[in-house]
Amino acid sequence: MKIEGKRRIWKEYQKEIAGDHYFYVRSCVRQNFFPGSEKTFLRILKEVLDKDIYENPSHTTCSGIGYHSDIVRFETSMTMVARQFALMTEAGYKNLATSCITSFGLYTEILETWHHFPEVEERVRKHLKNATGREFEVPDNLSHASDIIYKFRNEIASKGKLRLINHITGKPLRAVEHIGCHYSRMFPIKGIGGAEYPYVLTGMIEEWGGEVIDYPERRHCCGFGFRQYLIQANRGYSIACSKKKFDSMRPYKPDFILTNCPGCPMFLDRWQYAISEMEGITYGENGFGIPVLTYEELAGMILGYNPWDLGLQVHQVPVEPLLDKIGIPYDQSSKFLGKDGKFIGKPASPAFLKFL
Amino acid sequence: MSREVIVIGGGIAGITAASSLSESGSRVTLLEKEKYIGGHVKKWDRLFPSFRPANEVLDWAEKSMSSDIEVLKEATITSIKREGDKFTVYIQNDEPVTGKAIVLATGYELFDARKKEEYGYGIYDNVLTSADLEAIFREGKKIVTADGKTPRRVGIVHCVGSRDEKVGNLYCSKVCCVTGVKQAIEIKQVLPGTDVYGFYMDLRMFDRHFEELYFEAQQKWGINFIRGRVSECAENEDRSILIKTEDTLTGKPLKMTVDVLILLVGFIPSVETNKLASMLGLQTGDDGFLLSMDEHTQDNNTAIPGVFLTGALKGPTSIINSIADARSTALQVQVYLKSIG
Repeated sequence: MKIEGKRRIWKEYQKEIAGDHYFYVRSCVRQNFFPGSEKTFLRILKEVLDKDIYENPSHTTCSGIGYHSDIVRFETSMTMVARQFALMTEAGYKNLATSCITSFGLYTEILETWHHFPEVEERVRKHLKNATGREFEVPDNLSHASDIIYKFRNEIASKGKLRLINHITGKPLRAVEHIGCHYSRMFPIKGIGGAEYPYVLTGMIEEWGGEVIDYPERRHCCGFGFRQYLIQANRGYSIACSKKKFDSMRPYKPDFILTNCPGCPMFLDRWQYAISEMEGITYGENGFGIPVLTYEELAGMILGYNPWDLGLQVHQVPVEPLLDKIGIPYDQSSKFLGKDGKFIGKPASPAFLKFL
Repeated sequence: MSREVIVIGGGIAGITAASSLSESGSRVTLLEKEKYIGGHVKKWDRLFPSFRPANEVLDWAEKSMSSDIEVLKEATITSIKREGDKFTVYIQNDEPVTGKAIVLATGYELFDARKKEEYGYGIYDNVLTSADLEAIFREGKKIVTADGKTPRRVGIVHCVGSRDEKVGNLYCSKVCCVTGVKQAIEIKQVLPGTDVYGFYMDLRMFDRHFEELYFEAQQKWGINFIRGRVSECAENEDRSILIKTEDTLTGKPLKMTVDVLILLVGFIPSVETNKLASMLGLQTGDDGFLLSMDEHTQDNNTAIPGVFLTGALKGPTSIINSIADARSTALQVQVYLKSIG
């Protein structure tokens, strides 16, 4: 592997990421999948980076899942996205930051469509006006939330309390990075590092002290793939995709997996449990799985946030082995206590995958 | 310095054009940007379809050059001016050269395989190009993996940078197919125990003896040709290359590992060609190669009287066709010179 070859590509795929004043649009599903991530993103931007970030409660789905599942027409999706732009315009913002990768992909696709076919944009403007009376400006800058964390990765590192170093061995932790397909596979120039050797997550891992593993099935689908999972009959294909990745990465002994998509961490985390139940296979050390993190969770860990405030207790694969390697203190007894101190319930212990 | 004809580009087409013009009585200056003449042929080991050494052809071409041809190497052209029937070519750090006609023979460049990022050239240690392989043959080196081991499997990917809308090159580079077949046989000749796989869209065996070579590759050498475009490559832990493709004849996705992967890189217009085209105001086609006056009837002429085109600057072509084209160009130049008196 020649790292200089990758560096050359990384230089080619850079993009403008707004530095402040973000209109933030949440994901439909992330608050259920990994409930602490979006909250942590807002906390980091406001408290650590001192940025202006605003979200509007009237924001709705962008319809991306429906669009990519062929149940929502592009025309409808465009009008719904135009409404989000109208909310942004009404709030006085020009920089849009999306939490969801599919939203980012859909917004990008729509903006590119309008760029090449201005008559489509005009038509959508009329649709929105007729339906809601609203008007809008297109964003000056569209960034995914992981772009923003990437942009400020140095600042997070400098303000952070921890590094991605095994505090016992002193060696860098080894990470698998996995970007969402809709981040840069549709429009490689819109993603940091492009589509083939994406750098957005690698940049964070490297800056925070870890090293990235390049394993053969690095580019393979996480297993979500919309129709693979949304259509129940295809779910065998979904889990087969995830298993292919785990089998491929296992020899490299990753300490954790880092993702920037709503679906990827969900499936890479939950399917480890399902595979262990089906096959008796576990992919981490000593019967544990490989912890799967969102970039907000990882940034929060670097900044020394309480792991349970980050929502790490809702992961199917326990993160404690990773916390122990980094040397992050945690109170095991409060893992399943809510903010009000009440017990929030605990998953039943799997048959094979070690759970704490 | 005043000569009748200035030939720009010292590859096989430029050398042949210069020789033919000189033989027919013109005083010729040959300008070459490199330290040597010979162009791409100089970098090749053996030629399809007969496996004859490339230097035989080049030796013949160079011997055909009369001593009357003035050769200026390392000549970087800065501008070209035309006044009536006279052209002046300005050269960096040298005297300008004047002449009544210019023959452009600036050829092509090989596609930069790094642009097909998914194949990992320049990143994965065991991914080479067809030009790299040719250099190995020419220098008499062994084909080995990055670890110095004899490869058990070698894959050859056809159409890298050709017929590929993703990189903006819709055209066929013509000679890569047969080069791939030739190189596959050459690998088997030196490594009979190695399995060789060619991944292709179509095998365009258009010229004489090409189809026979393809048959020989399969029947005599046992080379496997798989009709499928490689979608991506990845590096395994042992630095072997994992290939994903589809065998479109069986309709099945295919994943396999090879120890060395060869990318058959196609032609692209050379930077020098574009530069000169811009200086002279010549037109290029959608593919970036130069346009002649008429592709059927005046393929060596341009819209500018006294400026002629020859060889691969008009599009991918073989050595055989480049030589024929250069001779044809020389004839057109002579007709022109006679016409202006």
